Amino acid sequence: MNKTGIGARVRRLEDDRLVHGRSRYVGDIKMPGMCDVAFLRSPLAHARIKAVNKPEGKESRVLCAADLDGVRPIVAESTLPSYRVSEHWPLARDKVRFVGEPVAMAIGRNRAEAEDLLEEIDLRLEALPPVISPTVSMADDAALVHEQWDDNMFLKLSVGQDPANARDNADVVIKREYRTARQVMNPMEGKGVVAWWDYRDGQLVVTSSTQVPHIIRNGLSRCLGIDESLIRVIAPEVGGGFGYKCILQPEEIAVAWLAWTRRKPFRWLEDRREHLTAGANTREHYYSITAYADKRGRVLGMDAEVTVDVGAYSVWPFTAGLEAAQAGGNLPGPYDFREYRCQVNAPATNKPPFTPYRGVARPGVCFAMELTIDAIAREVGREPWEVRAENLVPADAMPYVNVTNKHYDTGDYPGSLMRAKEAIRFDEVRERQKTPEPDGRLIGIGFATYTEQSAHGSKVFAQWGLALIPGYDEARMKLTPDGGVEVRVGIQSIGQGLQTTLAQVASEILSIPVDRIRVLMGDTGTTPYSYGAFASRGIVMAGGAVSRAAEALAERIRVMAARPLRCAPEEVRLEGNRVHGPNGSLSFAEVGRIWYLRPDELPEGDRHGGLEVTEAYRPKTDNGVFSYASHAVVVAVDPQTGKVELLDYVIVEDAGRVVNPMIVEGQTIGGTVQGIGTALFEEVLYDDQGQPLTSTLADYHLPGAAEAPHIRIQHTESPSPHTAHGIKGVGEGGAIAPGGAIVNAINDALAGLGVELNRIPATPERVLTAILGARSGKENAS
Amino acid sequence: MKPVKFDYLPARDGAEAVRLLTEHGDEAKCIAGGQSLGPMLNLRLARPAVLVDLHRAEDLTGVEESRDAIVYGGAVRHADFEDRRVADAARGMLPFVASRIAYRAVRNRGTLGGSLSHADPAADWVCVMTGLGATYLLRGKKGVREVPAEKFIHAAFMTELAPNEILAGVRVPRLSESARWGYYKFCKKVGEFSQATGVVVVDPERGYCRVLVGALDSPPVPLEPVAEALAAEGPTAALAVLDAAVDTALGDYPEVNRQLYKVAVRRALARIGATR
Repeated sequence: MNKTGIGARVRRLEDDRLVHGRSRYVGDIKMPGMCDVAFLRSPLAHARIKAVNKPEGKESRVLCAADLDGVRPIVAESTLPSYRVSEHWPLARDKVRFVGEPVAMAIGRNRAEAEDLLEEIDLRLEALPPVISPTVSMADDAALVHEQWDDNMFLKLSVGQDPANARDNADVVIKREYRTARQVMNPMEGKGVVAWWDYRDGQLVVTSSTQVPHIIRNGLSRCLGIDESLIRVIAPEVGGGFGYKCILQPEEIAVAWLAWTRRKPFRWLEDRREHLTAGANTREHYYSITAYADKRGRVLGMDAEVTVDVGAYSVWPFTAGLEAAQAGGNLPGPYDFREYRCQVNAPATNKPPFTPYRGVARPGVCFAMELTIDAIAREVGREPWEVRAENLVPADAMPYVNVTNKHYDTGDYPGSLMRAKEAIRFDEVRERQKTPEPDGRLIGIGFATYTEQSAHGSKVFAQWGLALIPGYDEARMKLTPDGGVEVRVGIQSIGQGLQTTLAQVASEILSIPVDRIRVLMGDTGTTPYSYGAFASRGIVMAGGAVSRAAEALAERIRVMAARPLRCAPEEVRLEGNRVHGPNGSLSFAEVGRIWYLRPDELPEGDRHGGLEVTEAYRPKTDNGVFSYASHAVVVAVDPQTGKVELLDYVIVEDAGRVVNPMIVEGQTIGGTVQGIGTALFEEVLYDDQGQPLTSTLADYHLPGAAEAPHIRIQHTESPSPHTAHGIKGVGEGGAIAPGGAIVNAINDALAGLGVELNRIPATPERVLTAILGARSGKENAS
Repeated sequence: MKPVKFDYLPARDGAEAVRLLTEHGDEAKCIAGGQSLGPMLNLRLARPAVLVDLHRAEDLTGVEESRDAIVYGGAVRHADFEDRRVADAARGMLPFVASRIAYRAVRNRGTLGGSLSHADPAADWVCVMTGLGATYLLRGKKGVREVPAEKFIHAAFMTELAPNEILAGVRVPRLSESARWGYYKFCKKVGEFSQATGVVVVDPERGYCRVLVGALDSPPVPLEPVAEALAAEGPTAALAVLDAAVDTALGDYPEVNRQLYKVAVRRALARIGATR
């Protein structure tokens, strides 16, 4: 057994440098003569730009849209029916469309000096009516966010068919409205970019905190109008991405343009206030759901409307339509029912451009679906777990094509729920609830089950008609002269431990231990093409490419070793960090030595291709592979204050074959804590003029260590038949279910008070208001 | 964001701080731990031309003990109370409160005098020092004047301090052996600002009893009927008049907020038994 291969609990190779603060982020990079850039951002949500007057004598240090010669707007295309493109200029032209939109930039020797300059710019705006919500945006007399459109809709789609049979045959009809708050992703490291001109290579070097260096190069080439060969994008250490850094940023274009035109180094680093205002760009969903069920709670069909507040512009390359379209497609989740219709709306508003965040749409749809299942259970008077289990796609139905044509490959969804119920000690919790708690709090238990479509293939993206369709990822692999391995991949690590897991995949095939394997990534100048790290695709796509490359390198090694081992290449085995023939063995260093240092030992006319290979990979079936999990949580709700404490949290997850269980646990816990933020804390608030009210971390609350419960995780493994080694993606999963599971538990705790919450975050104020409302409702009724 | 340019002037002692503040007038501002002013400087909401730093001023970091009271220097840090590096005048109440102020990183730098001078109604010390009947020592050009805690804060973020005065010290009367106290604050999460604070201090030997509700839009408000009932008849009687007292004192607040204030005071009252 290979101690560092697939399945081994290898310690993360990244952590030593990360926990000691020794790595290099964008903010650590210093270049001689580097200037700092600060952005003047719109103070109004919606306004016409009348003038941007620069301070006298400092004109060359202040730039506005008109100065950016040759720059083109960000335009994200899609062939989805009804979809409209927006033009997003890196610095606003004519109009500003959200508070925080960049209007001008100033250059200083340091950030403070650049900010001093911003204060001297005289920005003249004429306020326009702010479009601050989907309701305002979709009203007949709404002001237009984009005046060349005839309404505010980025996208309006109808998915599926009228569930007429379900409606006619239903014993139970459940109607609910759900809402999730706008959020900010809050990676520890914000965005940042340092760009300079490299005279030796003749290239514009853009070092950016990004998840997707190769596609940023595509995007910069489009928006700057220069050849890709003139651009090198480097992602250094990235301190969290979560989706925030998987799109082309206006600031990247503006700073790259400065370096390109002025041939000098420029830097911009996002600060937390910029992040909390201009980065308030995700999660805000509105649901209206009618569910039809029989008298045992078996779901017959569903009629839904999903509206996503997608903000002012369409992000490149994923568009303003992706989140809403995903919501419509993913709402049925892990459930087995055959009638479904969903109206999908993506209205433009005067808020920052919507960007997909860890889980993409699914935290919202899971919340809506899981609360609906519990509502059905209450209506038919059965336990929610029971109704849930009976509605989940059963294990013997796999592979299963669901009502929105998702191809569920493998798994036992009801099995994961039952294991979670066991692990959370459901019966004990129900027993405990019979006696009042000494502190007066109310105990509740809740479940949520979801599927996580990971590693979307090209077919999935092609359905959305994006201009850029992710598919193949590539890996390059080299045996070094001393018998070590270098792996070069275009994917980027954003904290998910890919250097470790990709090394484990290579180790599995080559039998070389991971400490002899370097994984180098995040640089278009040195790595082969990858679409980057998003959509839980890394370990499937880049892992698959590494697997292919390792097989190809192994073959080259076998050929090279066959002669000294005096056997045929097919008789050579790689095992235990050595190269074995039937009559002896070599070290990998001896193989490397022959090729690199002593080619004279090779026969004349030898046509060996060398010990470096590049391979590309995509899964056999390109529909994405489905991980899944069940979350179970026990809460204590203080009915006096509305405060919720998580007493116990269990996750039973299945990500196919697991490369490194510790990393899966880390990803799951991290995602779950973010989901706890979604469920209980995080909410961007605006006033009626579209001014953000949560512009510091004193106002926008993130969960901290004290709010994270001890999370107990159980692994199950249903390998995918479609991917290398049966691996599935798992990076997003944790973030999907907490909203549904926690609010189901709160509603379980408060059932006796007649309270049902349908909105997150479940802040103390929201919970307490609901309790007081139910109490006064009862008093009025009596 | 980065602050606007300012001059940084560290003061050796309180007298020098007062001299520097007088010299620079409206342009100057004091900084001690910088836990509130720091972010305001970075956000450019505070734009002083001169910062007078008090945190190394020798006479502001010390403690003077006498039989009836302890005087804490204005630059004593929250962590000094938490770690019991300074004596506790209030029978465990000061370390208890200090250990729950924001996060440890804030407590390592934030100071007693800084917190009181900033006068955020949600701040722990603002409520506790009023509850303990502390006296603030304000040093100005003409020497030191004494102001009782409840007279110090005029309104949220507005105090009795003249522009060239500093809060040099806080005199806290010692609680007697039979005294009891209770403190409860409601925060959305650990380390956040309080949304409702209840303070109860009862010291029969000194004939002292105070019940306060804090974290309001204004300085903490005494709930006199509750204090009277507590002093005369004990906690059960105090609880009986609590809701009405809060409704009377805070009639303008929404029901949800009043509920939280009632809970905070009720739980502070419930804890006095445990602190005997």
